[in-house]
Amino acid sequence: MTDFWSWYIIALTVLMLVGCAGLLVWNRSISPEEASKKTTGHVFDGIEEKNTPLPRWWLGLFILTLVFAVVYLALYPGLGKYPGLLGWTQEGQWQEEVDFVHKQTQPIFEQYARVPVEELWQHQEVMEVGARLFANNCATCHGGNANGARGYPNLTDNDWLYGGEPEAIRTSLVNGRRGMMPPMIAAIGGTDEAARDMALYVQSLSRPALRDDPAKLEAIERAAPRFMVCAACHGADATGNQMLGAPNLTDDIWLYGGSLADIEEGLKKGRGGVMPAFDELLSAERIHVLTAYVYGLSQQK
Amino acid sequence: MSNAHEKVEKNVGLMIVLVLIVVSFAGLAQIVPLFWQKATTQPLKTLRTYTALELEGRDVYIREGCHVCHTQMVRPLRAETERYGPYSVAGEDVWEHPFLWGSKRTGPDLARVGGRYSDDWHRVHLRNPRDVVPESNMPGYPWLAKTPVNWKHTERKLGVFQKAFGIPYSDEQIAEQMEKVRGEWSESTEEDALVAYLQQLGHAMTGR
Repeated sequence: MTDFWSWYIIALTVLMLVGCAGLLVWNRSISPEEASKKTTGHVFDGIEEKNTPLPRWWLGLFILTLVFAVVYLALYPGLGKYPGLLGWTQEGQWQEEVDFVHKQTQPIFEQYARVPVEELWQHQEVMEVGARLFANNCATCHGGNANGARGYPNLTDNDWLYGGEPEAIRTSLVNGRRGMMPPMIAAIGGTDEAARDMALYVQSLSRPALRDDPAKLEAIERAAPRFMVCAACHGADATGNQMLGAPNLTDDIWLYGGSLADIEEGLKKGRGGVMPAFDELLSAERIHVLTAYVYGLSQQK
Repeated sequence: MSNAHEKVEKNVGLMIVLVLIVVSFAGLAQIVPLFWQKATTQPLKTLRTYTALELEGRDVYIREGCHVCHTQMVRPLRAETERYGPYSVAGEDVWEHPFLWGSKRTGPDLARVGGRYSDDWHRVHLRNPRDVVPESNMPGYPWLAKTPVNWKHTERKLGVFQKAFGIPYSDEQIAEQMEKVRGEWSESTEEDALVAYLQQLGHAMTGR
């Protein structure tokens, strides 16, 4: 703030206060005797309007507000650049609040940070803290009970796209993840029929009973050689690849649904999953607690 | 002296003038200086201009009344910075015409929502919020995915932002944006535009 605007604000504020005080003096300077005799001269239907002085209690309140204004302006910033005797700022108050809580929680988080994830999750208190952090940061996608949703992995089933070791979970949290399956339809035959065959084949990986139906078995056999292109990521045995985040296709756990239509959609359009990175949003200690919480969700079962 | 106030009470014109003076004092002291303060007139260094797609998304945001239930203003309170991220500063909104701070939070604040969720999450959520947040009471906006962006006025809008509001778009930038409008964005839906707008919210302020 430049000096000009500072003085501009000071001048206006002081002028306003003086003006209010002046108005009061101007209006109260009627003696009660004088007032009782006089009227405003305004008569209507035989009723005269008296020129009565301001009530005492009201006058007192008015003076109090003026005093309050002076005290306030002395203590808090209000007069241009003058910071006030208390040195209060809204950023400062925020910082104080943050520091106050930080001072109390940081030793606790640091204590947690020294305990390895494999052990940390077994503490009830840590899981409660983790649940709060999870509710605020993760539940929007993975759900309040971490059961996931279509396109958002279930975190309680011990089935992992990128690995369930503590370090893998921590990496997911810190850097985020980008799952990417390209549209495969052209590579597996290009026709709707080819997509249907492949969808059946993928289903049969986790539901071998499908092969008992001769018509389905025929389609499955047709698709089987084309699975070679899928194997590049999902593996020759279709058990997935955690380095790439390619799901295991043999376990009947489906990220985007296990119906033929769901699988065909994935083959035709591809799939892309995004987990945002949290390294900028959460401190390392909090990520440690969240890692333990997510790790713990699968260990309990 | 005793009847001095009679002049004011019986002279409406004088009364109006005096009232205006008194009322204007607050504005003169609290509002007018802000037009010349660096904190309120200088954009953050990290602030960038909207792309044509984001600008149209912003207009969808306004048209659908998102700002009625969502604020874009994180206040300097610990509870808010803990939940949303850094508190809002004036330098983020220097190029906002009009600003979309909002005044009522039926849903959460969106000032820091950019990048917090994937594009796909936003699409699912906009079509039917209950699919990803079961307890949500936000209405669905499924038609956005079926409605192509109306690009008719985009060039004019960019021009207005450049000339009337002084947003530092260069002529080349506008030409480049319009190139994309005719090219890669020609088939974009209003949902694409809205998601693009949401994903850049808070881009000038990162961190915890």
